[in-house]
Amino acid sequence: MTEVLIHPGLVLIVGALLLPLLRGTLRSVAVVALPLLVLALVWQVPDGPAGQLRYLDHTLTPLQGDKLSRLFATLFSLMAAGGGLFAMTQKSRVEVPAAFVYAGSAIGVALAGDLVTVFVFWELMAVGSTLVLWSQGTEAAYRAARRYLMIHLLGGVVLFAGVTGHIVDTGDVAFSRMALDSPAHWLILIGFLVNAGAPPLSAWLPDAYPEASWSGSVFLSAFTTKTAVYVLIRGFPGAELLIWIGLFMAFYGIVYGLLENDIRRILAYTIVNQSGLMMVGVGIGTEMALDGAAAQAFVGVIYVALLLMSAGSVMQMTGKRKCTELGGLVRTMPLTAACGVIGAMAISAFPLTSGFISKSMVSQAALDGHHPWIWLLLTAASVGACLHAGIKFSWFVFFQKDSGLRPAEPPVSMRWAMVLFSLLCVALGIWPEPLYALLPYAVNYVPYTGAHVVTQLQLLLFSGLAFFVLLPYLKRSLTITLDADWLWRILLPALLRNVGMPLVRGWNMLVHAAYVLITESTALVLYQHRQDGRFARTWSTRSMALWVLVLLLGFLILYYV
Amino acid sequence: MDEKNHWLDQPGNVKLLWRGFLLVLLLTVVAEFWIPMHPHFAIESIFGFNAWYGFVVCALMIGLAKGLALLLERPDTYYGKDND
Repeated sequence: MTEVLIHPGLVLIVGALLLPLLRGTLRSVAVVALPLLVLALVWQVPDGPAGQLRYLDHTLTPLQGDKLSRLFATLFSLMAAGGGLFAMTQKSRVEVPAAFVYAGSAIGVALAGDLVTVFVFWELMAVGSTLVLWSQGTEAAYRAARRYLMIHLLGGVVLFAGVTGHIVDTGDVAFSRMALDSPAHWLILIGFLVNAGAPPLSAWLPDAYPEASWSGSVFLSAFTTKTAVYVLIRGFPGAELLIWIGLFMAFYGIVYGLLENDIRRILAYTIVNQSGLMMVGVGIGTEMALDGAAAQAFVGVIYVALLLMSAGSVMQMTGKRKCTELGGLVRTMPLTAACGVIGAMAISAFPLTSGFISKSMVSQAALDGHHPWIWLLLTAASVGACLHAGIKFSWFVFFQKDSGLRPAEPPVSMRWAMVLFSLLCVALGIWPEPLYALLPYAVNYVPYTGAHVVTQLQLLLFSGLAFFVLLPYLKRSLTITLDADWLWRILLPALLRNVGMPLVRGWNMLVHAAYVLITESTALVLYQHRQDGRFARTWSTRSMALWVLVLLLGFLILYYV
Repeated sequence: MDEKNHWLDQPGNVKLLWRGFLLVLLLTVVAEFWIPMHPHFAIESIFGFNAWYGFVVCALMIGLAKGLALLLERPDTYYGKDND
């Protein structure tokens, strides 16, 4: 190789570690310039393996490029830049560096050519994201971060077991398409699914993300679930199971999102809903479907981040985070409201927004593959995204009743981040060609036909009608809806207290009793063997003869019995 | 900025918005007469399919959510103060 290649992910990670040394303007420039430099480096990565090294008798490929890898690495760099801009006024000095380590590791996963590298960056992501959560500094965030880390370390262990099994089975470390034909591959799939937010552990996501700071949840929304979608596209395209898991996630996100009162938890459920829709694409597995899933991941990260930015701005400026406390903010935060509504339209897949040109590709793949049921459910699930994230979120935060709050617009860096992401949402909706050119397969899909537009408008506007007609049933209250995290927050501790502890106590008593029995009996034996103990003293010949007689008589009786 | 009386607070304007919205809804359905729709499945060729399907699935999902709420809804202090 003639040129020296620099790993873009490592650049971001090393840069993140140097970031705390900078102050003032220099730091403000660095938080945007560094990810953009990384973006430029991502585009220098050539097709095929770019750097290899030997480790434990295996050839690792830490850096490998193709269209799919570059698409996700581009997305992650863009997201780090946008998030960095949004978080410029963040007081915590840990959050942005942690987020850049997190983003750099996500880029590392996207550009990894082998499973060992995937695993290493995968775990580094868990560390970075936990630190982002932790840097919020509240007790709630600390506890949520512990639960979050617990689930991700569990997922990591399962993934590690799978990777090890795969290497033992095949002797090959390369990260390529796998069939679900061995326990190792199932374990790898499960490890990937934990991060995708799949059931039954999906509750880590809505549990943890809303506890991050106003800027932290923007970072968190972007990387974990989307790297999971990436590795599923590369590792398990066409695994039919993913269609059903994906549909479940999509509806789970909608139903829980509809019931939720915390504005950022609504959006956390939306992330599960969106990942689910992408996984349906991965499960269908045709070129159109995989392109659709990849395109949706790309635009989805941007509009979900935009929604979380508007939610973060509201939270930062009002100090409130519940639908019941908010409302009518359009009066004094028109820009934030406009950006939030653009994000809402994009996630609803309104024509002329980025959601429209991507979501319809997965639907088209379901149509082409003649899966009427999947198509019907997919359509319902994307209408539901419009219902709970698009309409519900923006209505309750920015319109609804007048809450009496009169917050100002957020600081200029936050406004710029929102405006730029809004522009991206609209620009990709109007000119999808640059995005289509980045997709792994050749796209021959025309989003703007009369039939597509009319179909989509009918679906969305009538779901809007349903929302306003049924609004009395959607009135928010100070409630949460129990999720699977109940299992490890209430049930397991309770089991431990009420069943585990008595069991442990019983066991301890048993051990103690055995200990007493053994020590007492040894003491007795020792006692009887002391100098003039029963077994050590000199016995008279008379008594010896008597005992021998007794023994012989006993033997005689037993012999005849 | 007129804070007390935002234009969205006036009932007349809200009524106007509703009328406009209903008109647009009607237009999207009527548009099917002019725009070739290429239905892929039999169910799609029913007139105004996407309109009523969109409405019905939303109503169903809201119903499902309310049903689930009966079972799983708890006060937001359930996990302790501030849901920690």
